[in-house]
Amino acid sequence: MEVVRSQTQVVNRKFSLNISALQTLVWALVLIAAFVVSPWVEQGINPYWFSILIYCGINIILAVSLNLVNGFTGQFSIGHAGFMAVGAYVAAVITMGLSANPAWNSWVAATGIPADAVLPIGLFLGGVAAAGAGYMVGMPSLRLRGDYLAIVTLGFGEIIRVVMMNTEAVGGASGLNNIPHLSNFGWVYSAVVLTIFCVWRMVHSSHGRTLLAVREDEIAGEAMGVNTTQAKVRAFAMGAFFAGIAGGLYAHQLQILTPQTFDFNKSFEIVIMVVLGGMGSISGSVVAAVLLTVMREALRVIQTWYDVDLRMVIYSLVLIILMLTRPNGLFGTREILDFLPASWRRKLAGGAEARGGGK
Amino acid sequence: MDQFLQHIINALSLGSIYALIALGYTMVFGVLQLINFAHGEIYMLGAFAGMYAIRWLRLEEHPGIGSLLIALLAAMAASAAAGFVIERLAYRPLRKSPRINLLITAVGVSLFLQYTGQLVFGSDPQFFPTGILELEGYNWSYGDLVIEPMQIVALVLAIILMVVLQYIIFKTRLGRAMRAVSFNHDLASLMGIPTNRIISATFMLGSALAGAAGVLVGLIYPKIEPLMGTMPGLKAFVAAVLGGIGNVTGAVLGAFTLGMAEEFLVGYWVPTYRDALAFGILILILLFKPSGLLGVHRAEKV
Repeated sequence: MEVVRSQTQVVNRKFSLNISALQTLVWALVLIAAFVVSPWVEQGINPYWFSILIYCGINIILAVSLNLVNGFTGQFSIGHAGFMAVGAYVAAVITMGLSANPAWNSWVAATGIPADAVLPIGLFLGGVAAAGAGYMVGMPSLRLRGDYLAIVTLGFGEIIRVVMMNTEAVGGASGLNNIPHLSNFGWVYSAVVLTIFCVWRMVHSSHGRTLLAVREDEIAGEAMGVNTTQAKVRAFAMGAFFAGIAGGLYAHQLQILTPQTFDFNKSFEIVIMVVLGGMGSISGSVVAAVLLTVMREALRVIQTWYDVDLRMVIYSLVLIILMLTRPNGLFGTREILDFLPASWRRKLAGGAEARGGGK
Repeated sequence: MDQFLQHIINALSLGSIYALIALGYTMVFGVLQLINFAHGEIYMLGAFAGMYAIRWLRLEEHPGIGSLLIALLAAMAASAAAGFVIERLAYRPLRKSPRINLLITAVGVSLFLQYTGQLVFGSDPQFFPTGILELEGYNWSYGDLVIEPMQIVALVLAIILMVVLQYIIFKTRLGRAMRAVSFNHDLASLMGIPTNRIISATFMLGSALAGAAGVLVGLIYPKIEPLMGTMPGLKAFVAAVLGGIGNVTGAVLGAFTLGMAEEFLVGYWVPTYRDALAFGILILILLFKPSGLLGVHRAEKV
């Protein structure tokens, strides 16, 4: 009996390896599909709903990337808007600079690549700059415990904002204008897919297990040979990278950047998405990001009655009540697939059930 | 030279405000190991409570130090009540849950007070009735040096409050109980100290000081609005960390140091970086001496 069971396990294991290759393929197909359907979506939906759809995508990237830091690594960062700002400004400066550069334009014309190829370049470099900032913040402050870390990340976000405000090259307090409108459904949702894919693979790799070890018990993790500082810095840099990409997409959607956009409230908005969805649940972050983005639009109506940002009152109340009654958020550390009947799940995921995060 | 002295005076009055707020932070941190993010908002509530007390009691018709004290006491009482309610409703139920939950709640309470404040008080700045003290003609100037009487009043009141606090903490039964709780919760309750009640009292005491700071800041910079608490709150936290969080004398020292640093940065170097300075100091102090100027390093226990 024992022998039979271990044999099936071996078979399962092989099967699951194939499944994970298959999964990668599926992800890649979804990524391409985002581009393929892009023109139809853009024409088929009215512009207002379309812009909400774009902001949903950007917020999903922000929430999922912050979840890597706050949820999976258990470090409470409330300065995500700072990294977003770095990415947004760098990406905008690069695309504007390149589009105005004659050498680049003639090269584009000669090689025949589409002109909005500047966007991925800007996004990538913006992401790298944000990751660099994340690394810089991470290195010193990650030796600190939760509360201090929170306030340092908050302070860092403020410092970034003040620096942007005083840098005339990026427009100072009045902001950066005339950013080309390059974000579209294809770019945003391929970035969403890429973010979810990367975070998903990260969390389910051995690197991801070190992150979970840091979250569950830092001292015990260290005793088991986990380099906790390195794990934290890695999570921070990766989270910041995707926040930078989201910032770049945001800049090329809104076309105007002001330092005030990236204030504490923006960071807080991302934090509440993560907390509401469940710290440690990627699908939770996605659901919460969509929910809050749509809710924000719904609240715009009420806001006109009182002339006060009622959204923040409701957000903060939701946060307090959530902590008091259901601190795990909507999904806790579970993913949306975990709610499917067990037989379906087995078919879908093979042996992949032995994931981190308990259930 | 005159300018230098002027900056010193401004720094002292700014530092005394920071000190009053920082004391609340450091006391609450002492007993609960919690950064009470909502503390800056309690300071804002204090300013508004003082303003409404002056308006409703028509204190402006009887200017004088007595009326000021009434407004101050009203603000302190209102702030203490707010601190009590916040601790009772938001923090106490979470005493046993992970610290990160407590932190998230604190951030939530802070934002809730800010934006509910906008809803209740209106989001436009309001003028604090400074006419409560008749100080026309008491301006003292020497060359370019101008000493505003309000600054002196605020500084003196702040120092009196700090002395009273020192007395409460080190000379009374309540203070001894507070120190015991901050040393070790479980041991304190084994010794028959009503831990919960002491924590409530600490919250109320710290909040009352923040409320007093609200009134004093209203006297010096008579423009108050619901979002006014965020920045001073965070800066006072930096001051508390700078002095060594959990240490009462350290909080005062840190606050005056921060006040000086800010005032001189603004006066002699780059005024626009004012808000970034505190956080820069915070990062530096956490890097090089995380226990603060006067703090004792405690090893982290498993």
